[in-house]
Amino acid sequence: MSAQEFTLDSLKRILLEAAGMAEDVDLGGDILDTDFEDLGYESLALLETGSRIEREYGITLDDSVLTEARTPRALIDAVNAHLMSGATVA
Amino acid sequence: MTGRRVVITGIEVLAPGGVGRKSFWDLISSGRTATRGITFFDPSPFRSRVAAEIDFDPYEHGLTPQEVRRMDRAAQLAVVAARGAVQDSGLDLTDLDPYRVGVTVGSAVGATMGLDEEYRVVSDGGRLDLVDHTYAAPHLYNHLVPSSFAAEVAWAVGAEGPSTVVSTGCTSGIDSVGYAVELIREGSADVMVAGSSDAPISPITMACFDAIKATTPRHDDPERASRPFDGTRNGFVLGEGAAVFVLEELESARRRGAHVYAEIAGYATRSNAYHMTGLRPDGAEMAEAIRVALDEARMNAEQIDYINAHGSGTKQNDRHETAAFKKSLGDHAYRTPVSSIKSMVGHSLGAIGSIEIAASALAMEHNVVPPTANLHTPDPECDLDYVPLTARDQLTDTVLTVGSGFGGFQSAMVLARPERSLA
Amino acid sequence: MTASVVVTGLGVAAPNGLGTRDFWDATRNGKNAIGRVTRFDPSGYPARLAGEVPGFVAADHLPSRLLPQTDHMTQMALAATDWALADAGVEPADLPEFDMGVVTASASGGFEFGQGELRKLWSQGSQYVSAYQSFAWFYAVNSGQISIRNGMKGPSGVVVTDQAGGLDAVAQARRQIRKGTPLIVSGGVDASICPWGWVAQLAGGRLSTSDEPDRAYLPFDREARGHVPGEGGAILIMEAADAARARGARIYGEISGYGATFDPRPGSGRAPGLRKAIELALADARAEAGDVDVVFADAAALPDLDRVEAEALTAVFGRRGVPVTAPKTMTGRLYSGAGPLDLAAALLAIEEGLIPPTVNVEPAEEYGLDLVNGAARTAEVRTGLVLARGQGGFNSAVVVRAVD
Repeated sequence: MSAQEFTLDSLKRILLEAAGMAEDVDLGGDILDTDFEDLGYESLALLETGSRIEREYGITLDDSVLTEARTPRALIDAVNAHLMSGATVA
Repeated sequence: MTGRRVVITGIEVLAPGGVGRKSFWDLISSGRTATRGITFFDPSPFRSRVAAEIDFDPYEHGLTPQEVRRMDRAAQLAVVAARGAVQDSGLDLTDLDPYRVGVTVGSAVGATMGLDEEYRVVSDGGRLDLVDHTYAAPHLYNHLVPSSFAAEVAWAVGAEGPSTVVSTGCTSGIDSVGYAVELIREGSADVMVAGSSDAPISPITMACFDAIKATTPRHDDPERASRPFDGTRNGFVLGEGAAVFVLEELESARRRGAHVYAEIAGYATRSNAYHMTGLRPDGAEMAEAIRVALDEARMNAEQIDYINAHGSGTKQNDRHETAAFKKSLGDHAYRTPVSSIKSMVGHSLGAIGSIEIAASALAMEHNVVPPTANLHTPDPECDLDYVPLTARDQLTDTVLTVGSGFGGFQSAMVLARPERSLA
Repeated sequence: MTASVVVTGLGVAAPNGLGTRDFWDATRNGKNAIGRVTRFDPSGYPARLAGEVPGFVAADHLPSRLLPQTDHMTQMALAATDWALADAGVEPADLPEFDMGVVTASASGGFEFGQGELRKLWSQGSQYVSAYQSFAWFYAVNSGQISIRNGMKGPSGVVVTDQAGGLDAVAQARRQIRKGTPLIVSGGVDASICPWGWVAQLAGGRLSTSDEPDRAYLPFDREARGHVPGEGGAILIMEAADAARARGARIYGEISGYGATFDPRPGSGRAPGLRKAIELALADARAEAGDVDVVFADAAALPDLDRVEAEALTAVFGRRGVPVTAPKTMTGRLYSGAGPLDLAAALLAIEEGLIPPTVNVEPAEEYGLDLVNGAARTAEVRTGLVLARGQGGFNSAVVVRAVD
C-alpha cells in the first residue's frame, strides 16, 4: 500500500460532511492557518471529523492530536505524519 | 397551597457495589469503589472498557417472570427501588386517595439496553435496513417510549395521580425529584414516589461516549478508574442504578410520626444555552441554579455544610463546577467540603442525580461526609476541599447537590433539616 | 402563584401543513394527509400508512452546522420554534437570557438518528458510531438544541409520557412561568417513521393495518381498527399574561386549566382516570362543564379506549353535551406532538369561531358524542378542552380559554 496524502481538499470535504459549515465562513479562502474555532468548528465537530478521517484512512490518531491541532495545517500535518509512518509498516 | 414544605420519608438505592440503602451507604462512606472491567458484554473493541455494574437479579427482588420480560433493566431497577422506598417510608399507600399519589422517574437514556439488544436481533446484526418485525419482542414498545418506567412504578405502588418520566440527560435525577416537589407544593399531589433509573451499560452507549472521548480509557486499573478532581483524571466511568424517594408534605409526615430524612428546601435548573456537550469554563449557569435554589430555600451560602458535587471526572466538568461553587458561594466555597461519589459508583447518567440526593440525605442522617475516592494528585485548577479518600465526621445539616449534563442543563438542590429556622 | 399564562406564538410542522396558516387552512377544510409511507418501503410490514410531513427540507430552514448532528424531528422542532418566536414577535437576543426557558415533550427521541448509529455499530463496529449519537437521539435533545439556538438560559425541562407528554410539557411550562420566568418555549415534535421506529410501534399493537387512507384511522366509529402514526407537532410560545400585555403581544388564549391522572393497574377493578383528569382540569380553570365549547378528543380508535373516552365525556358533559372533534384523523397520531398541535387548533378555533372537523368517521350511536364530522362547524368558541392519553395509562387534559 502506497502512502496516501491527506490534503486540504480532503479535510474540507470531511469537515463539511461531519459538521457542515458556519454561515459567515468561506472554506474556499486561505484557511490553512485559520483557527478551527474561527472557522466555526468546536471540539465536538473536530472529534467527529477526526473519527471520519481515522475510518477513511485506516489510522488511529492520538487523543492529543485533535485537541492540540488548532488549525487545518496542523491537523493535515498530523494526519500525514500518521500516514507516512503507517505506510512504512505496511 | 403556598407554604407546603416537602420532605423525604423513604429512600431506596440500587447502586453498583451495594443493593439497598444500607450497603450503598456502607460503600460510599468507606471510600471503596465499585468500578470494574465490563462483564455485561465483550468490551475489547471499545476505547473505554470499565464500568460500575450492579450485581442485580430481578427475581431475588420479587419481580415476576412476566415483569422481567416486559421491562428493560432500568425499569426493573426503578420498580424495585420504588417498592423499597415505600416500605422504608412506612406509608400504606392503600390508605390514600390514589389520585393524590403521583410518580416521577428520571431517566436520561431510557431503555437503552433493551433497544440495543432488540435492534441487533431485528436487524440481524445490523445486516437489514428494513428491520424484521417478526423478530421483535412483544414489549418493544415499552422500550421505544420510556414513559413505561413511570407506568411500571405507578402500577407497583398503586399511584393514579400525575405520573411522568423526566428526561433531561444527566440532570434527570435531580430534575425528576424537583418536578415532584413542585407538584406537592402546588397541591397537585400529597405523596410523590419520585426518583430515577438508568441502565446504560450497553455497546451503543459505550460507543457513543468513546466517540467523544468522554469516558476514561483507564482499563488497566478499573477500581481506580474514576478520579474526579484528580489531576490525572481522563474521563468518567459509566455506571447504572436507581434511587427512589417517598416525598410528602411535612405536616402530614409529622402527623403520622414518619421518620424525616430531609426537607427538599430548594431546587432550580438552568441551561447554559451554549453547547450540547460543552461547558463554559465560568460555570455561570450552574452558579445561577445554585443561587436560585438557595433563594427558594431562604438560605444563604454560609449555611451549606457539604456540597455533593456532580464530579464526573472529566477535566471540563471538574473545573466548570469548581468555578460555579466559587461564583455562587464566594469564600464559603473554600470552607465547604465537596465530594463526588461518582469516584465510587460511577456515572449512571439520569439516575445519578437521585443517587446523589440519597447520598446527601444519608450524609445528614449519619453526620458523615462521604469522600472522593482515588483523589491523590491535586489539580491546581480545582482548589477546593474535595474530601480525598476518607469519609469525614461532620455535623451536616444542609447539603447542596448539583448536576450538569448534555443539552446544557445545570441543576441544583438544597436539602436541609426541616426543624431549621425559616426566619 | 396562579398568574395567568397565555400563548402568544404558534409554530406548526404537521402532516397537513407546514406553518400555522397552511395547517389551519387544511384542518378547517378537512384535508386528509394520511398516505402510504414514503420514508422507507413499508410493503413488508403489516401497517403501511402514516401521516408524514411533506416538503420539509431542513437545509432551507437551518444552518448547515446543525444538520449532521440533528435528527429529523429536532430539525422540525427547531424550525417550528423559529416560526413560533416570529409569530409571537419575540426576538430572543433582545430579552434577558435567564428570562426564557424551554420545556418540551418527547416520546422516542431522535429514533431515526439512533437507528443509523445502531446499524453502524452492529454492521461495521463501534468506531463508526457518530460523535453526535450521545445526544442526537436522547429525549432531551429538542429542549437542549432549542435553548442553545435561541440563547435561552432559564428553567428547561423534558417530559416523556407517550402521547400525553405534549400537554404535560405545557403544564410544566406554565408552572415555570408562575414561578417567575416570563417566557417558556413549549410543545412537542416527534417522528419515528423509520423501519426501526415502525417495528417498535407495531409492537405496541395499536396500529391500523388498513391500506385505505380514508378508512384507516376511524376513532369512535364502529369500524375503528387502530390508529395511523404521524410525525410533527407544534411549538408554543407561552408567556405571563401581564408580560405579554405589557409588550402589546397578540394573545391566542390562556392555558387556564390542567389535570393529569394515571389509570389503575390492569385488573384492579377501579375506573380509568380520564374523567378525573378532565374534572381536575376544569376545576383548575375554575370552569363548569357548561362553559366548554369544544373538546379535542384523544381519539385512540380502539373500541375499548374509544368507549373509555366517550364515557368520560358523557359523564362530565352529558350525552351529546358538547361538540367533540378529532382533527388528528387528518394527520394520524403524533405522539408528543399531538397535544400541542391540538392546542394550536383549539386556539385557532377560538380565533376564527370555527370547530375543525373529524374526517372519515361515522360515530357509533352508543357513544353518545356530538362529533363534529364531515365539515367544520361555525360556533363561538371561548373555552376548549384538549385531551391526550399515553400508552400505559397516562391521561392529561388542558383547558384553553379566550382572553378579552
